[in-house]
Amino acid sequence: MDVMGVVGAGVMGIGVAQNLAQTGHEVILVDKDEATASQALVTIRNNCRMSRLMGGPALDPDEVLARITIGAGADAVAKADIVIENVTENWDIKRAVYEALDEACQPGTIFIVNTSAIPITKVAAVTRRPAQVVGVHFMNPVPAKPAVELIPGFHTSPQTVERTRELLTAMGKKAIKVNDSCGFVSNRVLMLTVNEAAYLLYEGVADAESVDEVFRSCFGHPMGPLETADLIGVDTILYSVEVLYEHYSDSKYRPCPLLRQMTDAGLHGRKSGRGFYDYTVSRTANSKESTNV
Amino acid sequence: MSDHVQEHMLGFVRGRYPDAQISGSDDIFALGFVNSLFAMELVMFIEKEFSVTIPNDELQIDNFRTAQSMSELVARCSPVAASAQA
Repeated sequence: MDVMGVVGAGVMGIGVAQNLAQTGHEVILVDKDEATASQALVTIRNNCRMSRLMGGPALDPDEVLARITIGAGADAVAKADIVIENVTENWDIKRAVYEALDEACQPGTIFIVNTSAIPITKVAAVTRRPAQVVGVHFMNPVPAKPAVELIPGFHTSPQTVERTRELLTAMGKKAIKVNDSCGFVSNRVLMLTVNEAAYLLYEGVADAESVDEVFRSCFGHPMGPLETADLIGVDTILYSVEVLYEHYSDSKYRPCPLLRQMTDAGLHGRKSGRGFYDYTVSRTANSKESTNV
Repeated sequence: MSDHVQEHMLGFVRGRYPDAQISGSDDIFALGFVNSLFAMELVMFIEKEFSVTIPNDELQIDNFRTAQSMSELVARCSPVAASAQA
């Protein structure tokens, strides 16, 4: 049985670790410090409890958690056969993580880059194993989403792609293969949509609830773009838009100043309790709870 | 007790969705204005507000469809109900 290393114990890393563990894989979950990884186990336990409510399978939290060990730093995943990296969408951070992983891991280890925007070829270039670096864009919440984008980089070998596809199938995911391009398919469209929705709010064209209501009621989307941003993380949205802007040097990707202000203010969405909506105020309060930003 | 819980739950749902016209027997999921993420919030609200721990096998959507079903769930999970059944 292959050992899976999951690097980064934020929203995505937690979801990937849970998904792997609940499909029978042995997982080492690491972050830069053990306390963060330890806190992730609490979240995974809770998410397992909620699985059926979210339309997923009934899960025994103890059984899932028994397959996950935690650690800190790249050395903790040194024995992993496959590493799935989920750190912040910030190039300087990602680059440092890959340099450390390349040093720490066995030569045969495959690196899966879980990114919504950063080109895979660029990540592969900082390692000595570009043929074994491949991108997978997981969706959030990871265990509940049935499909991913699978992105080979310029040097990625067919064997790496095939092995990754097998892993994804074992995780219950359909892999949709797309070519390497900053933002791939999903985020070239989604990030612009969220960014433009933020501009609508910023310019006073509509409040957050009205923006989302148009998408839900007129288009039949299950969630509007600003609710989606709160789920993904407002900071993550900003970083992704910035990555697109820097990569394409195209002003159509200029980040809305509101995204930057909210990120600086700690309004990161559901994970911080407040984003475009407030998730912390008294639930019995008779208010709409749109954040007044 | 159950009426009190039911009213409390309706207050919580209406607090989040003021435009919703709902009664104790309305299926809030079928009405289409809440999603599964809100179900998680309902769980956390119930556990905190009524000081109960909902057993894992009770964490299914049918128990959260109506204020009435949530009231019944709270009754099943409360220490009084548990000791009465023992």
